[in-house]
Parts: sequence; C-alpha cells; structure tokens
Amino acid sequence: MSTLDDRPANPAIGEVRPNKRGGVAALIQSPVAIRLGALLILAIGLSLLHLSGRVFWQGLVINLGIFMILVLSLNLASGFTGVFSLGHIGFMALGAYGSAILTLPLAKKADYLPNLPAWLASIHFDFYLGPFPLGFLLATLLAAGLVAGVALLVGLVLMRLSGHFVAVATLGFLVIVRVILFNADNFTRGSRTFSNVTPYTGLWWVWFWAILTLYVVWRLKYSAYGRAMLAQREDALAAQAVGLAIMPPRLLAFVVSAFFTAVAGSLYAHFITSFSPTVFYFDLTFRVITMLIVGGLGSVSGSVLGTVVIIALAEALRRLEDVTLLYGMSQITLAVIFIVIILFRPNGLLGRREIVLARLFRKGGEPSP
Amino acid sequence: MTLVYYAIQQTVNALSIGSLYALMAVGLAMVFSILRLINFAHGDLMMVAAYLAAFALFANLPLGLAVVLIIIGTVIVGLLMERIAYRPIRGAPDVATLLTSLAVGQILQNGMLLTTRFLGQPIQIAFPTPDVLNGVVAFGSITVPRLNVVSLVIGLIALVSLSFFVTRTVPGLSMRAAAEDLTAAQLMGININRVIALAFAIGSGLAAIAGLLFAVQAGQINPYMGFTPVLKAFIAAVIGGFGSIAGAVVGGFVLGALEVILTALPGIGDILPPGMVSPSTQALLQQWLPSSLTGYRDAFVFAALILMLLFRPNGILGQPNREEMR
Repeated sequence: MSTLDDRPANPAIGEVRPNKRGGVAALIQSPVAIRLGALLILAIGLSLLHLSGRVFWQGLVINLGIFMILVLSLNLASGFTGVFSLGHIGFMALGAYGSAILTLPLAKKADYLPNLPAWLASIHFDFYLGPFPLGFLLATLLAAGLVAGVALLVGLVLMRLSGHFVAVATLGFLVIVRVILFNADNFTRGSRTFSNVTPYTGLWWVWFWAILTLYVVWRLKYSAYGRAMLAQREDALAAQAVGLAIMPPRLLAFVVSAFFTAVAGSLYAHFITSFSPTVFYFDLTFRVITMLIVGGLGSVSGSVLGTVVIIALAEALRRLEDVTLLYGMSQITLAVIFIVIILFRPNGLLGRREIVLARLFRKGGEPSP
Repeated sequence: MTLVYYAIQQTVNALSIGSLYALMAVGLAMVFSILRLINFAHGDLMMVAAYLAAFALFANLPLGLAVVLIIIGTVIVGLLMERIAYRPIRGAPDVATLLTSLAVGQILQNGMLLTTRFLGQPIQIAFPTPDVLNGVVAFGSITVPRLNVVSLVIGLIALVSLSFFVTRTVPGLSMRAAAEDLTAAQLMGININRVIALAFAIGSGLAAIAGLLFAVQAGQINPYMGFTPVLKAFIAAVIGGFGSIAGAVVGGFVLGALEVILTALPGIGDILPPGMVSPSTQALLQQWLPSSLTGYRDAFVFAALILMLLFRPNGILGQPNREEMR
C-alpha cells in the first residue's frame, strides 16, 4: 500500500539522475526545484529532438507520449478503482473521430463528408491564433468533453458491475462503438479510411497533454477522491462501513479517465492523419493493458515505466521482425512477457509503489523529511 | 406463402446459428463453472480448428479422417493451453486470469499468423468447403441450405451426448462436483487436475466442431476470426446463466434467435407481400425498421448483454438478483 510520503513528485520520473552532488545539493533537494528541473530537462530534450529533425525519433517520442496518456488514464479507471475496463479504446476512437470531424477544414468537409447534418457541416475548428492552432485545442477539448459525457452515461450503468463482469461489459461497449463507427457512414465514412486530417499533433502538443495527464492522475491519487477509490478497491464493505460511497469515486475515475483517453484519441488522429475503425480495436486495447500490467496496476510511475519499457521493446522487436520476416513474433513475445509478469510479479514491475524523484536525490541512510 | 417460407427458412437459420453458439458457450461455461475463468482464448481454439480443417482439406484427406484429426489437434492445443498458462495462475484474482486468457489468445492468433506465413499462405484464406456441406436440402417446396441442417444435427448430437456424459457417467459426475465446490470435490478424492483437463478437452472438442462449421459458413478464415464468436458465446452463456451447461445451450439458441430476428426485422416492410398489412402499417414499418439498421445488429446484441449483466446476472433461468458490488 501507498504510504504518506509517496507525495506527488515529478512528472519525468526516472529520466533524471543526479550526476553531481555538490554544494548546490540543499537547493536542488527541494521538491519544487526538482520538479521544475525535471520539466526543464524534458523541455530541453524535446527541443533538441525538435531541432534535430530526426523524424523517426520524433514519431517514436510522440507515440510514447500518446501511449503514456492512454496507460495513465486506464490506470486511473482500472488500477485505482479495481474496476477493470476493456472498453477504453472505444473512448479513444470517439475522441479521434469527434475531433477529426471538427477540425476538418470547411472546404474539405463538404467534399469529404457530404452527408453531415447542416449544423455540423458548418462549424469548423481549423482556425489559428497567430501561429497557434487554437481550433485544434478547442476541438480536442470539445470532443473529449463529449466523450466524458458519454462515459458518465456508460459509467452510471456499468460501474455497478464488478470483477470480470465489468471487464466483459466494457468490452461490449468497445464492440458497440466499433459497430456504430462502421455504420454511421455520414459521420465516419464507415469502413473507408478517414484521411485528410490536418497533422496538428507534434512533440509539444503530445507532451503538454502527457504531463497534464500525469499531473492530474497523480494529484487525484493522493486526493480524498483518490483515497476513496483505493479504499473501495481494497475492501468495498469496509469502505462503505466507514461512510464512503462506492459509485462516486468509481464514476469520477471513469469519467476523468475517458476524458484523457479521448484527448489521446484526438492527438493520435491528428498524428497519423488517416485511420479507420479497425485501428481502435482489440490489438490496441491489449497493447495498452500490457503496458499497464507491466508497470503495475495503481502505480502512477509504474504506468510511465511500463509505457517506456513496452514501447522500447515493441520497437526493438518490430525491427527484429523486419529483419527475420517473422511477423507476429513481436506480439507473441509481448503476450508471453505479459503472462510471465502476471505469474511472477502479479503486481507489475513496481507493484503499487511509486518512484519518488526526491528520494533519488537523497543520499542513502538520510532520514526522510 | 412467401412469408411462411421466409419464416421457416429463418427459423432453421436461427436454430443452426444457435447450435453453433451453444457448442461454443458450453465450453466456456464448463471451464467457468469450475475455475471462474472466462477463457477468451476459447474463440482462438475455434480458429485453430478452422485452420487445421483447411490444411487437412488442402491435403485431400478424406473428410471423416480430417474431422477426427481436427478434433484431436484442437484438443491437444486446448490441453496445452490449460497446462502451460492456466494451471500456474489457478486461484489468482478474476481479472488476472481473464487477462491471461487474452494473452493466450494473442499467442494463438499470432502463432497461426506465423504458421500461415511459414507455409506460404496469405493471411486470409478461402475455406475449401467439403462437397457434403454444399447445396440445399428440400423439404417439399421449401429448400434450406444443407449446411444449416448439418450444423443443427451435429450440434444437437454433440449436446445430447454431452448431457449424457455429464449426468450419467462418473467423470461427468466428478466434473459437476468440481463445479459445485472445487475444494470439497478435492477432499472427496477427486483428481482436480484431471477434471479440469477433461473440461478443457471437451470444450476444445466442441470448439473444434463449431470452428469447422463456422468456417464453412463464413467461407474464409483468418487468424482473428475467433474474437467475435467467443464474445457471442459469452453472451449466450450469460443469457443462460453463467456457468450452467444447460443454460449455455438455452442461451445459445436464444442468442441465435435474437440475431436472426434482429437481422430479419430491419427492412421487413420492404419484403412483406402486398395485402399482408395495411399500407399505413407498412409505411410505419419501413420508417421505423429501415434496412440500414441491419448493420447495427451486433450493437443491439451487446447492449442486450449489458442489460442482462445488470438485471439478470444469473441468466434467464436463474434468480433475478443483481450482481452485488464487490
């Protein structure tokens, strides 16, 4: 279980390690300074990557950020509350399609989605504020807000279930979303590829949202709401006995998590720029769950770690696949790793522990503040 | 006449689809009743069976021999799955076992992907339908696809022999005892590992039959074909009351009927013979049940699943108390 000194530390966990502990030690040991420092280092890293122009690495880091949002929000919904959702990719799909329809430039819209209802056909979010694509931000927020509304409705129904029944019911939700996306031709072009999406998503967008998600999830975990989530996960009866309602924390986790999942969907849509409903289905669900399980259900830094490990591993395996032509090998390896983790480290790499950045800076044996 | 003909055809259709779902759901329910494991990889056993069938038929094996080999092969895969993946995690939390079965499914799917590539086959292959299953059967003036009749007959034979096995034989009895209370059964000297392996073997055998028939019906197979059927089988099992074998059979047929109704109803206004109903009713039907709704069938079916889980988690046969919050 988490203890009191697992307080919010820094987003960029594990990315920064001190190489010098000189006279400035006292200064850099204050948590705020450490957090700002880590953000600064992340910003410098992203700037360097941005300037380097290495498209492949930029793509990889963008992907990393998007998956980090997905895993963190799934952790919020499933790891914190113990109500396992297999349907989150459905929210991602809704976010992706929703924002992509909104940002489609007006001229293209008439041509590309001719059967949109008039009100939707006439609004467009392709405007800029100076060089800043304000429309993209608004479209993402609007789509994610709508998805959060959907999640509220779905959650009111599904959060009553528990154990594996909720997993299967949410999987049912995923199938329903897929069926709707395939059949609502007027909005989604059905099974045809939805392309022509403006490629707004860049390093900065993704990492802005990733850090925001990390911050919100972390703060939530250590808020009264978060503790209520953990309490009803550990023992619903005991939680009720001390006066905690079960539904509100579950719903809150589900809705907030759906919001960020939809944001990830919007970012993804404006990153790959063309997609079809098949993208948002079981493979992606399984990939995200693998990252979550590897990192540890309920551990925020575990989610970050799991995402980094699996993204790196998947990329390495993909390259190996290209060389050996054994396509499918990487999925098998990931699934085997998944089973091995469940067998031997059922709580994931970190369990429910957290890596607290401030501790990494402390000398061994030094008492905790 | 047309309408009667249509209704009979659809009924046979519903029964044959229902028997496929029942075959699948029984395997799921048997394993669930003993281990409380929702085995999502069950659908992939079906896929494995379909591929084994395709390879056997490509090799021009006689149909009878091919069927025996398919069943044996699928049972072996099912037993390996139990031994390697599920036995070590026995007793783990529900969600962990569920996720493990998803991972096992991924391994089977991608393993098959590798195998087909290795054999130089494309991802999607056309299923070589044996001639016996082609054509139609005529009952008087009514013709029904032979496949549907065969599915129904085979399904019924399998289910009847299963019910005989479960109620009238000693291994069947020990299986029911294990489902009732695993620990108590063990204390009574029942070899639990053997019973569980038996449940997996029988489930795999039934999945093999279902896989073969399903592949013929679909006409083509791919490594991912098991996913939707296993979800449907799960729905069937839930409708019947999860963990009950008889319930799974009933649920299979109910789901088959539900699907056929949901497929047949949209657009019914267009096919009704003139004079059947008043023009205003016909117009109403055309307006409220347009044929464009057909595509949404699965959405309705899964919505039904969610409603079942909420209001009658013990199935249509069980007690209507809600799944308690835990």
